[in-house]
Amino acid sequence: MKPAAFDYARAATIPEAVAAMRDGARPLAGGQSLGPMLNLRLARPGKLVDIKRAEGMRGVALSASTARLGAALTHAEIEDRRVEDVTRGLLPHVARGIAYRAVRNRGTLGGSLCHADPAADWVTTMTGLGATMIAQGPAGERAIAAENFMLGAFTNALAEDEMLAAVEIPRLSPAARWGYAKINRKTGEFAMAIGLVILDGPWARVVAGAVEAPPALLPRAAAALLAGETSDLDAELAERLPHLSPADRKLRAVSLRRAIAMLSEAR
Amino acid sequence: MDGDGGGAGIGARVLRKEDARHLAGRGQFTADLRFPGMQDVAFLRSPVAHARVGARRASGDVLFLDDLTGVADIVTRSSIPGYKLAPWPVMARDRVRYVGEIVAMAVAANRAAAEDLAEQAEVEFEPLPPVASCDAGRAEGAALLHPEWGDNLFLHSRFDSGIEAVAASAPVKVELDITCARQVMHPMEGKGVVAYWDHRAGMLVVHTSTQVPHLIRSGLAEVLGIPQAQVRVAAPDVGGGFGYKCLLQPEEILVSWLALTRKAAFRWIEDRREHLVAGANARQHHYTLTAYANEQGRLLGLDAQIEVDTGAYSVWPFTAVLEAAQAGGNLPGPYDFRAYRAEVFSVATNKPPFAPYRGVARPGVCFAIELTIDAIAKAVGREACDVRAENLVPGSAMPYVNVTNKHYDSGDYPASLATVREQIGLDAFRAGPARDEKGRYLGIGFATYTEQSAHNTKVFAAWGLPLVPGYDQAHVKLTPDGALEIRAGIHTIGQGLETTLAQIGHSMTGVPFENIRVTLGDTATTPYSTGAYASRGIVMSGGAVSRAGEVLAGRIKAIAAHLLQTEPDAIEFREGRIHAGNASLDYADVGRAWYLRPEQLPEQVNTAGLEVTEGYKPATDNGVFSYASHAAKIAVDPETGIVEILDYVIAEDCGRMVNPMIVEGQTYGGAAQGVGTALFEESPYDDQGQPLASTLIDYILPGPTEIPAFRISHTETLSPHTAHGIKGVGEGGAIAPPAVIVNAINDALATLGARITQIPATPERILAAIAEAQA
Repeated sequence: MKPAAFDYARAATIPEAVAAMRDGARPLAGGQSLGPMLNLRLARPGKLVDIKRAEGMRGVALSASTARLGAALTHAEIEDRRVEDVTRGLLPHVARGIAYRAVRNRGTLGGSLCHADPAADWVTTMTGLGATMIAQGPAGERAIAAENFMLGAFTNALAEDEMLAAVEIPRLSPAARWGYAKINRKTGEFAMAIGLVILDGPWARVVAGAVEAPPALLPRAAAALLAGETSDLDAELAERLPHLSPADRKLRAVSLRRAIAMLSEAR
Repeated sequence: MDGDGGGAGIGARVLRKEDARHLAGRGQFTADLRFPGMQDVAFLRSPVAHARVGARRASGDVLFLDDLTGVADIVTRSSIPGYKLAPWPVMARDRVRYVGEIVAMAVAANRAAAEDLAEQAEVEFEPLPPVASCDAGRAEGAALLHPEWGDNLFLHSRFDSGIEAVAASAPVKVELDITCARQVMHPMEGKGVVAYWDHRAGMLVVHTSTQVPHLIRSGLAEVLGIPQAQVRVAAPDVGGGFGYKCLLQPEEILVSWLALTRKAAFRWIEDRREHLVAGANARQHHYTLTAYANEQGRLLGLDAQIEVDTGAYSVWPFTAVLEAAQAGGNLPGPYDFRAYRAEVFSVATNKPPFAPYRGVARPGVCFAIELTIDAIAKAVGREACDVRAENLVPGSAMPYVNVTNKHYDSGDYPASLATVREQIGLDAFRAGPARDEKGRYLGIGFATYTEQSAHNTKVFAAWGLPLVPGYDQAHVKLTPDGALEIRAGIHTIGQGLETTLAQIGHSMTGVPFENIRVTLGDTATTPYSTGAYASRGIVMSGGAVSRAGEVLAGRIKAIAAHLLQTEPDAIEFREGRIHAGNASLDYADVGRAWYLRPEQLPEQVNTAGLEVTEGYKPATDNGVFSYASHAAKIAVDPETGIVEILDYVIAEDCGRMVNPMIVEGQTYGGAAQGVGTALFEESPYDDQGQPLASTLIDYILPGPTEIPAFRISHTETLSPHTAHGIKGVGEGGAIAPPAVIVNAINDALATLGARITQIPATPERILAAIAEAQA
């Protein structure tokens, strides 16, 4: 289980990385998914460009309405609040549940989003938050809404010569509440189901994650939440997730009900 | 015993001698070894389960079977009537019989380059129908793995003490269909081997991660066709074995062949994927049981059909049918009944060969018999713990010979059950709520088992194995400066023998514990032992150290008495010195007299000096039986199927404990593996014989958060047969957890009418059982 030979270069800047990618290099950040794929020879790039230390990849820029997080920030940095949290604790909570600490020490926010494993945490979380993906390509920056970023299992919306540079996360208000319920067999394993609910004044989102496809937004459930009503979650899941078996949909409903129940917990 | 213990002898809770290097990361495992010019080996393995192998082409340093000279197949004979031989070529000859079977060997400067060469090799596979399960293997017209057999059975064995009368008259009859998944062992360190030619000694030197260095020496010499005197096998630090490393493996032979023929250094380090798909397969049983009982739930008879999904070949030296012998022989467990019939089918399948894993068959049989006891209790409407207690062999019946001729030597099985019943709080639990505040269903489960340990010549001869253990040897030596060296041919693979053998040596000779050094596992420097397996080390090697120590103590006393001008009988060992009345000597005084100042020695001194080799096996070597009861309280989430273990208690008795901390460590580790068997670990195959779990994403091992804080209590019923009354305890912890946890799950789900009879009890299986019960 050793990789096939590849060339390696470290990019000092994002344009340098993009230029390498135009020459056929593939980006490497924390390597927590790519590393095993290389070792299993499932991925055989001729050249890797290491983007983790490229200028701007680990920055944090705060504004009144958003936090822009460099894509190479690690899960552990978010978990430990070394990155200012604008989500009323949601991001650190999610980060703490990703895999194991050793993985979190190296694995990156952007790497996880680009890898687009349906069962991973950040794809669901960013969809729930309505975050914006900031891509960099030869023509400069491009914004992609989180719900449009993951196209399918292990497929993202980036062009071959584009990379994810940052994630812009909307600031939640002090009154915001959220619930995040992940069901997995074992601590640190990929999720069997994720339910995410965010309620912030007049704005609400309900997301079913780990659905073997991009996370599913459930607008009727969100509207019902805002109205203080109960919605027919099972019916909406059946419409949105026809590819899942009834038993698998039921598990997503359980995670969503548990996430909704978390809204009323003191935190 | 003459030694006063000094806080470090038999029974003391001393810290392990091994810990300092391991905690500092200074252990030396196979992959840590470096030799000049060493090259790496990678294997091309079959991608298909069953095929004829056609044309083979490769470039570079890649070898196929035809390129080897002088290498025999691995042939594991057995004297059991009806057993069929399955010679195992070290690389594919004309057929491959499982995914992962070695087809070619590539050699290069490093592993990545060797893998490059291996993947460029071209091999034609002409598919044959795969046999991917016992059902497929036993079906009419099934494809045959070994066509000369005429069927797919390594062995069809039968035991029958007479069941008809009980079957005709018993008022209660319970039927169960029980399935245990295929598992892979996963020691922290996988297999690995480094071999080179020692020009000065004229020897092949093989450093291999093994439990049984002396056996591997014999096996390698036989397969390579060279004298044993030309082979040295040395095991460095070994990071767990669990049975996988008590086998002679094709990789071990191939790397040794390279060193032998090319007179250079070669190595192979198993990676986790190879471990998962090509090695260390174990545990997969299927039981069809009919139990007969009276109206109080007293077990009267058991009729069993057992299938073992044995894989393609027979492992050396333990054969493909050890599992079957253990399954059929141990199913009656700790229970007192006389009517038993068992038919065991060892089915050849297109999967890696079945290996003996910690507990060998007993986690499966314990699961089967303990679910049966609970099912009987349910059928008669009684508390399962009460029914279990009434069926156990009572302490008053000891020694007890059970229906399959197991000689239970000592102990009080019902007392251990009563202990865990009290500790888990069964009565208070029954009076409390059936669900917790989260809505989870709560349950308690029990199991009691015996662990045959240190079974020796008689038992292994009856199992027909090609190698039968006899007298284990130990060598002890007092050095000129008064330290004690202990050498034994067994190996320590994590079980702490460097410490426990030193404790025995200390008890026998009084030499201070910190001045005792234990050397193990190297055929060049240690006397013969068949090695570490079958929970035998502390009884067999421990017994040998005890005997050798006793003899050495006598010689030390003779010299010391002369120096102190007294009689040997007046000599006492205490506080790290040698005393006679008010006078005393240091051990160095005796060592100095023998080695450096022989003019001080008595005239009649024993000329063998201060070095002793002694052998040991118990006079009665049917095995001595440790036992334990386990109980667990669990919660089942009915919406997710996830099980949480809330409490887990163990009451065990392994005779005299040489070091209770090491006993507890063995029990924690075994029980953790048992939790894996119960809830997580499974190596499924599809109907084409493809393994579906080829990485640890798919093969789930329990982690720290899944393992409960086991609470252990001990009793010590000394074995009448062994030195110091010691019994083995290496395997026991792994035996009971599947039975305990699933009995607890079924207790919790009883109100829903759901029942689990398959392990691992995954969330999917629990949800399916609930859904089925509600349908």
